Amino acid sequence: MKNPLKKSVVAVVAAAALLPLTAACGSSDDSSGSGGGSKTLTVFAAASLTDTFTKLGKEFDAKHPGVHTKFSFGGSSDLVSEIQSGAPADVFASADTTNMDKLTSDGTATDPKNFASNVLEIATPPDNPAKISSFADLGKAGTKVVVCAPEVPCGSAAQQMEKKTGVKIKPVSEEQSVTDVLGKVESGEADAGLVYVTDVKAAGDQVKGVPFPQSSEVVNTYPIAPIADSKQSALAKQFIDFVLSADGQKVLRNAGFRKP
Amino acid sequence: MPASASRDRLTTPVAATAAGGPALGLPRWLWLPALVGAVFVLLPLVAMVTRVDWTRFPSLLTSQASLDALTLSLKTALAAVVLCVLFGVPMAVVLARTQFRGQSIVRSLVLLPLVLPPVVSGMALLYTFGRRGLLGHTLDVLGLSVSFTTTAVVMAQTFVALPFLVISLEGALRTAGRRYDVVAATLGARPTTVFRRVTLPLVLPGLLSGAVLAFARCLGEFGATITFAGSLQGTTRTMPIQIYLSNASSDPDAAVALAIVLVVVAVLVIGFARQGRSAV
Repeated sequence: MKNPLKKSVVAVVAAAALLPLTAACGSSDDSSGSGGGSKTLTVFAAASLTDTFTKLGKEFDAKHPGVHTKFSFGGSSDLVSEIQSGAPADVFASADTTNMDKLTSDGTATDPKNFASNVLEIATPPDNPAKISSFADLGKAGTKVVVCAPEVPCGSAAQQMEKKTGVKIKPVSEEQSVTDVLGKVESGEADAGLVYVTDVKAAGDQVKGVPFPQSSEVVNTYPIAPIADSKQSALAKQFIDFVLSADGQKVLRNAGFRKP
Repeated sequence: MPASASRDRLTTPVAATAAGGPALGLPRWLWLPALVGAVFVLLPLVAMVTRVDWTRFPSLLTSQASLDALTLSLKTALAAVVLCVLFGVPMAVVLARTQFRGQSIVRSLVLLPLVLPPVVSGMALLYTFGRRGLLGHTLDVLGLSVSFTTTAVVMAQTFVALPFLVISLEGALRTAGRRYDVVAATLGARPTTVFRRVTLPLVLPGLLSGAVLAFARCLGEFGATITFAGSLQGTTRTMPIQIYLSNASSDPDAAVALAIVLVVVAVLVIGFARQGRSAV
């Protein structure tokens, strides 16, 4: 091997090692539809809406021939920063009003409508090794509890819940999104995680849900809004109307979401 | 030797070859794609520098969250590099100096973390050392629980960085050859003495640059850490995870400030690694 080549290989490898630091693993496009669709609607939606919105998107596409609805799911705050940096979104559905406010305050999104609400629930591994039965159990020493970071909606909800109940949780990890929290619980690494009711329901047998009475005191409201400079504004409005319609609401209710 | 082969074909004096540069007559068309490539690599860095909020820069870097992430990253990366050297040096020596059946397969497998997506590495670690992993029960009996600890961060970093050290050192060992080892051995030196007094000093620059590369990889580790160790300020939330969190949510300015620190470290590391290489 020639030495200069080796040198540059080393340099490139060094660069490769350090630079893609912020490579996010959050959003993912569901761009399966290739042909046929003449119009594409891009919806950015909170990670907790993954199942319901995928379902809603299919129904919407079926009702609107020639339309293909694409989704990017991720933490609401991730999505906001993506949209602010010019990601091509037509509709944004947030897991809380705080993140939606960030977009409406600078005119990026307009006229948000609340379409669902969600409350917290404790998720444990199916065998509930730490025998969690109440919110207070999360504060017990030695219990490995995973929550969302306070910066993301589910984390701020968890913080409010701590304040309301006076239970001090010492989490072993503060994750970036509900799905990350669920992952830690499903793998059995954590004794319990604080996620939304709908996440527990969507996870099926992978986790056991432990509802607690105080949960209804902290309610997260989900707003949805069209993005102002969208090229599909008519379609965006139709999608939002569909989410708010009886059919759309039924899908959300079935997944455990509450009325807004 | 490729260098002498090309020299034979050249009519220009040897001095020009040694000096390099335009005297060789580079094809002109090469410049454009080279320039485009360079701009492509450099422009994003420049763009990031333009986003730095210089007035808040010092306070952003000295916030508790940033300081915690910074110290944690440095501490864990150093610990991981020590582990990489302890395990990687013997691995590289065995791979470079011996021959056994299936060696090429072993080499490929050892280098696997180099190409695996870090998240996959994290999952693999979880399935091995996690509470319900392969060794989870054994560790539990011993009273060791690694998940969500700083140890897990060091393990994740070691896992992904080890191949960097092995690959650079193995290369250095092969380039250095066995001549001096053989001479030392014929003069009566025992294998350990040969290794300590001849082999290692000869490849020290290669070892250093390998260690620096591994250190850089550790500092940048994100996917395996967040999957295997989690994210908690001061315990497992290293710089890249803090950057990711800040960027996505509360404070993009803090993310940029921390990112700049990492870029500076990266530049230093590349400079250092290149120097180590040229010394070989």
